[in-house]
Amino acid sequence: MSGVTVGSAVATVVVPETAAVPENRVRPAQVRPPADKLFRGMARGSGYVVLALMTMVGVFLSLRAQDALRVDGWKFVTTQAWEPESHNFGIAGILTGSVLIALTAIFFALPLALGTALFISEYAPPRLKKALIALIDLMAAIPSVVFGLWGFFFFEHASVGATHWMSDYLGWIPLLHLRVDTGEADAGNPLASNSYYTGSTFIAGVVVALMVTPIACSVMREAFSQAPLGEREGAYALGATRWGMVRNVVLPFGRGGVIGGTMLGLGRALGETIAVYMVISLTFRIQGHILGKGASSVSSVIAQRYGSSSHFAISALMAAGLALFLMTLAVNFGASMIVARSRSGAESEA
Amino acid sequence: MSAAPSTVVTAPATTATAPATTATAPAATPAATTVVAPVEPALAATPEPRRRVHAILREDVFALVGSLIAAVATTAVIFVWLAPFDNPVGFVLCAYVLFLLIYRITLSQDHDRPAVRDRMVAAVVASLALVLLGTMAHVVGFALVNGRRALPHWNFYSQDIHLTAPQDPLTKGGIEHAVVGTLIEISIALAITVPLGVLTAVMLNEIPGRVSRLVRTITEAATALPSIVAGLFIYATLLVPFGHRTSGVLHPGGLAAAIAISVMMLPIIIRASDVVLRLTPGSLKEASYALGAGQWSTVWRVTLPTARSGLTTAVILGTARGLGETSPVLLCAGLARNTNWDPTHDPMTSLPLFVFNAVRSPEPGMIARGYGAAAVLLVIVLVLFTTARLLARRNRSLTS
Repeated sequence: MSGVTVGSAVATVVVPETAAVPENRVRPAQVRPPADKLFRGMARGSGYVVLALMTMVGVFLSLRAQDALRVDGWKFVTTQAWEPESHNFGIAGILTGSVLIALTAIFFALPLALGTALFISEYAPPRLKKALIALIDLMAAIPSVVFGLWGFFFFEHASVGATHWMSDYLGWIPLLHLRVDTGEADAGNPLASNSYYTGSTFIAGVVVALMVTPIACSVMREAFSQAPLGEREGAYALGATRWGMVRNVVLPFGRGGVIGGTMLGLGRALGETIAVYMVISLTFRIQGHILGKGASSVSSVIAQRYGSSSHFAISALMAAGLALFLMTLAVNFGASMIVARSRSGAESEA
Repeated sequence: MSAAPSTVVTAPATTATAPATTATAPAATPAATTVVAPVEPALAATPEPRRRVHAILREDVFALVGSLIAAVATTAVIFVWLAPFDNPVGFVLCAYVLFLLIYRITLSQDHDRPAVRDRMVAAVVASLALVLLGTMAHVVGFALVNGRRALPHWNFYSQDIHLTAPQDPLTKGGIEHAVVGTLIEISIALAITVPLGVLTAVMLNEIPGRVSRLVRTITEAATALPSIVAGLFIYATLLVPFGHRTSGVLHPGGLAAAIAISVMMLPIIIRASDVVLRLTPGSLKEASYALGAGQWSTVWRVTLPTARSGLTTAVILGTARGLGETSPVLLCAGLARNTNWDPTHDPMTSLPLFVFNAVRSPEPGMIARGYGAAAVLLVIVLVLFTTARLLARRNRSLTS
């Protein structure tokens, strides 16, 4: 408006409105009614409360962890023991254990989640699709203690034969190699006690795999379903089979979702407590033999040790929890970045 | 695919006939076809049957079923006659590998390579989905079936366990205390997380800016917080300094557990609600503003009602996660044997914690109770989930 009036007033100047004084943007909501003010205040307040709460968790964990970290120093990262009272503790064993369990879980969860996601988004009959999506969501809500029951009472015994077989015939693969130095069993010893194969990283990994598969699967399915229709039909029109279409359209478009979903599952797997704690027999050294008895995870150590702990021991647990938190944080951020990037890319190309 | 051209051709024909039928008389379809007939005689005279793109061919079914039978039979021969194997897992794996092999050979009899690969991948993908669904069904069924011994006894729901010794029969003692504890803890957690979470999600969408971006980032980070660390945080900040002690022994309580669960649930609810609110159509909001409504009344009358079903789903999914969470309760609520209605004093057991503790007992009776409690927990989660689905469906039908 004002630009037009200026232009007409200085009519001799040929330059049109663009050169005129830039118009001040009128802000219609500068005077807000009291209800709006109250609402905005409350919304802001809740935002600040959440912010404060979440920041407090991180800050408090770091602060309380200081006591232990100051005493322990770099030994905290390299020690394979958990005896805080005698100042001999570290996360080398237990964090490695967490990572090994999570990696085992992802090893099984990735193909399962990928296959199920592909099946639901590409192969399932349309009528079944909705039910399957709801079912996967429901699976994500199954309490972890139920998986723990299954792992402890069923899978631990059911898997002995398979574990035995794997350690006999696949022992040449580094992580599947059984440790001999415990004196309990030799690799390939047919008389080895079955109990040597229970409570292992492998069993915990399978149980956790089942827990994280639904989450990974639903992220992947979401990504697959966003593959643009035009490209799909284009592939079919060029004579592609369904698999040809999936491989050349759906999978490239959903790649971010696959990676992101996997990493999200990895983050969940790292932090899982109860199911793991129920299944494994806890050890504090680095257990690099995933089929053998004995496994460890940071969260299981916390669950086991919190009660009998002194002030200093709790500080040590806090430090371990902080290390775990930082790790899941890094994994989660990586995942959400990858998912977000892939999604925006898909939109711009569609 | 060949259905596509036929629809393209017939579409203009029907639109062309539409005015004709309305102009002449309500002569219905036969009249319409006679009108079309001179225009495109070849197409209209013999209406091409719509081809089913996803048709299941009989050869495919034969190949699939035949290969399956052949594989199982061969594996049975290997396992029973040839080799001393007896492992059921081995049987299934061997049969599966053989099936893929035989299926491949069968298909290559009358298909070219891309088609064979297509069928093979379809078989693998479907079997992966089947494995997941089957295993999940087994996990759930395992808890339900093993819980059947405890479930039929009425006292299982109406009594707590403080007068029951572990070796007592199942007709004595129950899980009332755990059910009560779970309900109280989740109610407190919901009372904290629902208003705070939804309001924060609204703020993220309504008041964009640096603060919102920061809150969103921090919330995203907090979803990575392992639940046990949330429990440890509350244990060390609230329980150790402020908790009740008798003769130096720390008494945990339901309130602390509820707060720990809230810390865990809050990021989940905020993120899910944030996504739902972001999906509210902007045109609705703009229409509301154009009618002169303020921000508050737009949020209250337009945004929230539109997103209600999604918000309900977000909250209920968060609730399901919170219900099943054991580790924060383990740290903060402690183990109780009697029913405790007061969340601020004395331990308060929740269902998952009861399960966790009961199945570590060597007594088969306690293990049966543990299974029973797990079954009850599963049923609660299932009911919640179904409610969420039904609510979402009903509201969607109302808005559309």
